[in-house]
Amino acid sequence: MTRQIHPLLIAGTVLVFMFLVGPLIIVLGAALSDTTYLTFPPQGLSLRWFENIFQIDAFRRTILTSLQIALLSTTIALIIGIPAAYALNRYRIQLPGWLSTLFVLPVLVPELVLGFSLLKNLAVQFNSPIYIALLFGHALLVLPYVVRVIGASLASFDFSIEEAAISLGSPPLKTFFTILLPNVRSGVIAAFILAFITSVNDVSISIFLTGPGLSTLPIQLLAHMEQFFDPTVASVSVLLMILTVAVMAIVERTLGLTFLAK
Amino acid sequence: MKRFAGWTLASPATVLVVVFLVLPVLATIVTTFTTPDGPFATYAAFFASSFRRTVLFRTIQISLVTTVIALVVGFLTAYVVSRAPGWLKSILIIAAVFPLLTGVVVRSFAWLIILGKNGILNSTLLNLGLIGEPLTMLYTQGAVIVAMVYLFVPLMILTLVGVLESIPDDLIQASASLGAKPIATFMQVTLPLAVPGLIVGAVLVFTGSFTSYATPQLLGGEQVMMMGTLMYQQAMVTFDWVAASTIAAVMVVITIAIVLLMTRVARRLNPMVT
Repeated sequence: MTRQIHPLLIAGTVLVFMFLVGPLIIVLGAALSDTTYLTFPPQGLSLRWFENIFQIDAFRRTILTSLQIALLSTTIALIIGIPAAYALNRYRIQLPGWLSTLFVLPVLVPELVLGFSLLKNLAVQFNSPIYIALLFGHALLVLPYVVRVIGASLASFDFSIEEAAISLGSPPLKTFFTILLPNVRSGVIAAFILAFITSVNDVSISIFLTGPGLSTLPIQLLAHMEQFFDPTVASVSVLLMILTVAVMAIVERTLGLTFLAK
Repeated sequence: MKRFAGWTLASPATVLVVVFLVLPVLATIVTTFTTPDGPFATYAAFFASSFRRTVLFRTIQISLVTTVIALVVGFLTAYVVSRAPGWLKSILIIAAVFPLLTGVVVRSFAWLIILGKNGILNSTLLNLGLIGEPLTMLYTQGAVIVAMVYLFVPLMILTLVGVLESIPDDLIQASASLGAKPIATFMQVTLPLAVPGLIVGAVLVFTGSFTSYATPQLLGGEQVMMMGTLMYQQAMVTFDWVAASTIAAVMVVITIAIVLLMTRVARRLNPMVT
């Protein structure tokens, strides 16, 4: 792999990566500023805007709601997505082809349309609590990740090991927990955190399914930005970036980040 | 028996998708055809309004421009990344994944700080004496496009690195040993083999831009309304749910049409498939 790459192409690549990382560094700088307005480079360094997040009731509340929704929706998606991914791999021939397309639908249908439809036809029409609509909206949003990532780990699983266990008298559920699950563990972890972070960051579904009394962090951020233009938003953004770093560290340890380029 | 087991395991997920996605979305689309004024009245109203037509064409235009820029930038970058030595490649992939996992709101907000009236770009230009007074950069089509490109370039890079890496090195060496110059090899071997990846990337970027909400809302405002922001406004500000449903239906149809069309084109253009 020692072919020449044109120096202009390398220079261009350097610029692209500066373009990708630069704006996030600017947000970090703005969050650390001790001025009451947004500025970069920061005039003086302080962590006061981080303290401010936890003093604003709306942020405290929405951070908790976001974490709760992300945790619950990801758990729902895993509980129903793992059997589905298993069925699609194990019984491929017995199941119709459109079934796997069905599980990609949440990617195909615009999120805004899904959010609006859940509001209109679930929350309003059937008077279901908005929380339920938000929760299941998020579960649907992350389901394709679960089915795809776990499906990918199952693709390299040798099902004859499982059959051997069953033929030796292991009950199906025990086989699942002692044979199958340990083999796809890294897939499950990766699916969990990708789904979790997708849910935490979602705007397009949540924008229709939140309102007074129930809101998620990104929606609260949007609302805050419309009224104030202070570094609080920058510091919340930095918190979200810290979450991203944590997630990347876990993905790196379980699967390796290059997995994401596949 | 096996069929039964497969269905049993797949049924909870199937039920979830049908109950919480297929039925609600279908119901939304159906209501657009069952208005008192006849089946296509809402669509006639949509296309009769010059404002809504403008929004539709603007959305298509912004999404197309974003897609083309992201394709060019993403492809050239992915080419360099895929040829980088191992350690550097890992660092570059991390640098592309990090923005991707950082939410849309945070990434759009970054451009709000940069492009604002008192933003970094304006204050830098003022300090350098290049401009006399701050430029209006926010709430323009340009601001939305820059932020959208920023949003989607990492996705394009990651999609294409995988594709470019899977191109057998032998082919490129063969081309070179037959006397092709690097540019000719690139144009005649690498580029055609990357077509399926380019199409997947283009579909992701186009549909993503076409249905976006947060970025046009923050950086475009009322001035650069797009389909997503218009739909939200119709639904939650003016409470015209029929109009919002119509926009939703138009978005679904265009998104699915693009995906189907491009998958077909990809199949036809892919030289590896005969």
